Amino acid sequence: MTAVIEVTGLTKRYGGLAVVDDIAFHVDAGEIFGILGPNGAGKTTAVECMEGLRRRDGGEVRILGLDPLTDRHRLHQRIGVQLQESQLQEKLKVREALELYASFYPNPADWRELLERWGLAGKADAKFAKLSGGQKQRLFIALALIGNPEVVFLDELTSGLDPGARHATWDLISQVRAQGVTVVLVSHFMDEVEELCDRVAILERGRIAALDTPAGLVDRAGGEYRVRFRPMAPLDEQSLTALPGVVSATRRGNQVDVTGTGDFASAVTAELARRQVLVADLRIEGRSLDSAYVALTGRSMES
Amino acid sequence: MNGFSRLAFVETKLFLRETGAAIGVFGLPVALVIGFGLIPGFSDPQKSLSGQIGTEYIASISVAIVLAVLGLTGVPMVIGQYRERGILRRLGVTPVRPLTLLLADLMVWAAAAILSVAVVIGVARLAYHVPAPRLAGWFILSLLLGIAALFSLGLLVASVAPTARSSAGLGWLLFFPNMFFAGVYFPTEEMSSVMRQIGNFTPLGSALHAVRDSWMGVTPRPEYLGIMAAYAVIAAAVSARFFRWEQA
Repeated sequence: MTAVIEVTGLTKRYGGLAVVDDIAFHVDAGEIFGILGPNGAGKTTAVECMEGLRRRDGGEVRILGLDPLTDRHRLHQRIGVQLQESQLQEKLKVREALELYASFYPNPADWRELLERWGLAGKADAKFAKLSGGQKQRLFIALALIGNPEVVFLDELTSGLDPGARHATWDLISQVRAQGVTVVLVSHFMDEVEELCDRVAILERGRIAALDTPAGLVDRAGGEYRVRFRPMAPLDEQSLTALPGVVSATRRGNQVDVTGTGDFASAVTAELARRQVLVADLRIEGRSLDSAYVALTGRSMES
Repeated sequence: MNGFSRLAFVETKLFLRETGAAIGVFGLPVALVIGFGLIPGFSDPQKSLSGQIGTEYIASISVAIVLAVLGLTGVPMVIGQYRERGILRRLGVTPVRPLTLLLADLMVWAAAAILSVAVVIGVARLAYHVPAPRLAGWFILSLLLGIAALFSLGLLVASVAPTARSSAGLGWLLFFPNMFFAGVYFPTEEMSSVMRQIGNFTPLGSALHAVRDSWMGVTPRPEYLGIMAAYAVIAAAVSARFFRWEQA
């Protein structure tokens, strides 16, 4: 598997403080690679150093074999970027923006088709200022893709989008990857990263706290989580605490909560099956990137 | 169309969509010439204007107005906005450099200034038989130097002003004194010699002198051309050194 992106020792300082502090990773072709972390972690700075928008202070970056500092022009012909905050001229029409940006690239996509796919079909002649926040967001994604890039950098893909639009956007990004495009996704949304990314780097105060697949991170975190259900037959829930990995079992009314670590959920369901106890409303909660994040970094995203 | 042409094309469309700018640059000069020309006797040489034909003087002033409006209000405001809104920055990750957008803009506005002057010359000629600038070569040189001087000054403002609003504001701050001392609000003939001296050193003052003189058939004094050239070169050099492509 060829690495499309190689980052080693990437460092960026502002006023003596290392905002990005010696980070290293690689991204394979056709991967969706996530960079997750709270605001101020250095995600945008790191990605903008990779895009050639900021000058790195240390380390090496190679994207498609090109160095964003010395091969900027050639690199920019082959990548697409959606910046975290962007605006266009208020009276610029959607079609004009797309045609303009298409003219920058040697082999651009069909902008009409892009508009269709990103739900902006009726808006070709709308002026930028008249678009809703979600439509502007989708326009910038379209602008990132208009050049038919081999690598796309997306910074806060779904900020400002309602839940329906978020899911639709995730589907479209999966389609983009299916066409062979490599995606680097910067996000502070757990669900987004969990849904889309093949591998995730958790960035904390400029350093990589963990790097793995979302499932791998969840496993590695090994934090406590919870299995809930309503038994349809009499059940002494305390007997479940003897199972490997179970920490506690409590009953509230007719609902049983079992907490534990590792793969205790399988052990519990296997035991219930063995005792022939049917259950309703079985839920496994807290086994998510959210709690893995807390476990791996020692704090929640908000703190 | 390559990147630069496409940018220039789009910027032209955007310029025309700003009705205020279009009126200021094309409508106002024509209105001034027509309006003043209706004054009886104004289309004759005026003693108070060193013998220049009244309507010809008004036509010269409108050239100065266009240069000041574009250079000192348009350039700082638009470029400041482009920076603040991240438009320049967004281009920084495309194969086209943000500088290309800047140059395309300056070229479009310069073309607008030249077109406006051409329209004024035409209207004055047709409506009031005002002759076209008699020393055409000097006139064109004065116009081009005037564009260079005023636009560079506007670019300098855009380079150092921290926000779009302060950029526009600083531009306006330079606009009024320039208009005043150049002799747009009232002729330099009516100024004290001190005021006239100040005016000569302003870029707009030199531009208006050179434009008026060459229109009348008098070779513009080298000082006027030199001052404009100095403003153009120095302001451009300082801008190049200090221009920020992104909002801090």
